[in-house]
Amino acid sequence: MPFQSVRLWKATACLTLLVTLMGVMPAARGGETADPLPVTEVASGIYVYIGAIAVMTPQNEGAIANVGFVVGSSAVAVIDSGGSLREGRRLLAAVRAVTTKPIRYVINTHAHPDHMFGNAAFEGAVVIGHKNLARALAARGQFYLDAYRRVLGDELMTGIKIVPPTQVVEREARIDLGDRILLLQAWRAAHTDNDLTVLDETTATLFAGDLVFLRHLPVLDGSLKGWLAVIGELATIPAGRVVPGHGPVADWPAALEEERTYLQLLAQHVRALVKGGDTITAVSRNVAESERTRWELFEENNVRNATAAYSELEWE
Amino acid sequence: MFGHAKCLGSQWSWLCVAALGLALLSASSGLSSAATPEAEDTWASLANDIFGGRPLADGTGLVSIDMPMRADDAAIVPVTMRVTLPPDDSRRLKALTLVIDNNPVPVAATFTFSDSAGVSVISTRVRINSYTNVHVVAELSDSKLYLAQTYVKASGGCSAPAAKNADDSIATLGQMRFRVFGKLSGAQREAQVMIRHPNNSGLQRDQVSLLYIPANFVDELHVWQGHALLFSMKSGISISEDPNFRFTYVPNGATTFKVEARDTQGKVFVSKWPATTSEPSNNSSDL
Repeated sequence: MPFQSVRLWKATACLTLLVTLMGVMPAARGGETADPLPVTEVASGIYVYIGAIAVMTPQNEGAIANVGFVVGSSAVAVIDSGGSLREGRRLLAAVRAVTTKPIRYVINTHAHPDHMFGNAAFEGAVVIGHKNLARALAARGQFYLDAYRRVLGDELMTGIKIVPPTQVVEREARIDLGDRILLLQAWRAAHTDNDLTVLDETTATLFAGDLVFLRHLPVLDGSLKGWLAVIGELATIPAGRVVPGHGPVADWPAALEEERTYLQLLAQHVRALVKGGDTITAVSRNVAESERTRWELFEENNVRNATAAYSELEWE
Repeated sequence: MFGHAKCLGSQWSWLCVAALGLALLSASSGLSSAATPEAEDTWASLANDIFGGRPLADGTGLVSIDMPMRADDAAIVPVTMRVTLPPDDSRRLKALTLVIDNNPVPVAATFTFSDSAGVSVISTRVRINSYTNVHVVAELSDSKLYLAQTYVKASGGCSAPAAKNADDSIATLGQMRFRVFGKLSGAQREAQVMIRHPNNSGLQRDQVSLLYIPANFVDELHVWQGHALLFSMKSGISISEDPNFRFTYVPNGATTFKVEARDTQGKVFVSKWPATTSEPSNNSSDL
């Protein structure tokens, strides 16, 4: 009958429009036109891009951190968005190459640029982080935008925005992607004062952010004592594999041992300098030297780590 | 680049003028390197402002400044200032002024010493904002000024985020440590005073609110040996987070040390310690 036909037609049109919009929205901002990041499915529904072990450059587009995503039955969570908007868009394209499900969450493991400069690529997603993430971004965001403009150049910097979290984790939170729970845990000051890890309970895969480094020398920007304590706690997490912030996917908790060795040696050497009355200038000589050949980017980071360690440990 | 128009209080107003002038100079001529005409103009102008046109003699052999050529962390750059008077020179050290030419507020600190202090070395840590000459000017008891200079490659120290551990900074604000090291040589000893403070420069901006994180830094420090003042210091935003001063002095037999520090929010921190030590003697080659 005519009346019912019109109503049915309108309902169908509305529904079609709605479904189309839902399908299109996550791919807004040209995500589909970007060349997808080459990701590997490291466990069922867990996709990871392993970043270059390098400093951020225009050539690598800032893609030096590990980023990834988890696909549930109804939604996707992206874990870290990369070191540029360009990388963020490529990550978005990588998601779209795998699934059309909406990206409900962007989880930032901490406030460093190589992990969050791509946030603006993910419009419509809820950004989640440690309760201290917003404060860290407020304090450091402009500094990072200015500093990295010099490093990455104007073109790569275009569109990079500091996008703070709208949801924060005080200690623990669980998010459900549809038959898939992610456990988010906030940690005391360690690599930074805003570190967050993500455990996929389905596959026992831990995204550790920069609480775990492999190949790339660990970078200290929070608390050395805190990090050594947190390593002890992380080891009890029931995961079978870890996606570190930098370096290859690895077995868990074995992946902790190399960084534990380095950080313990750093603490030991620096404590000896402090106790012996040496000034902070002494850290430029012979701190953790035996670790030099076991890591990449040792020269770039070790003395700065030792300076940070000294300024922390001299208060003991 | 930074909020150069943001001035930090009336007693710093003349520094604001210097900073603005410096900003214009830097902007128009690019980075000043160690011995360029721009660098020399910068210093000449600063020296005139700070020392009121008084002559600055070459301090070679008398005053020296030691800093790394290239800083690993622009927000924590060690600096050591030494004054060595020959045995037949009866003058005493009256004051030391540390100037980081290209920093937004170039005068990092001014130390004034009491007659009996016997201070000959002071070390601290500073923020370096761009490649720069750094000057130390010693004033002796005859009011003569002596100059030493060095050059440091670093950048971003003043706007660099303070506080790796912000909760900790808040919780420990104003806590102090005092440490006396083993005997040096002759009558001199060495001590160190440390105070927990973010030393916020006021130059960090929250890019979301567009508000500057307010300046909040230690601007005054006094150290007494018993009742005798050893030295006083006036300082600014170029001193690193958790200000730290290591210095030599001549003990006067007093049994306590006292330190009083003030910050720009008006907070006053006071602590006392016994003048004893069981420290191992330090490696004097690190001084």
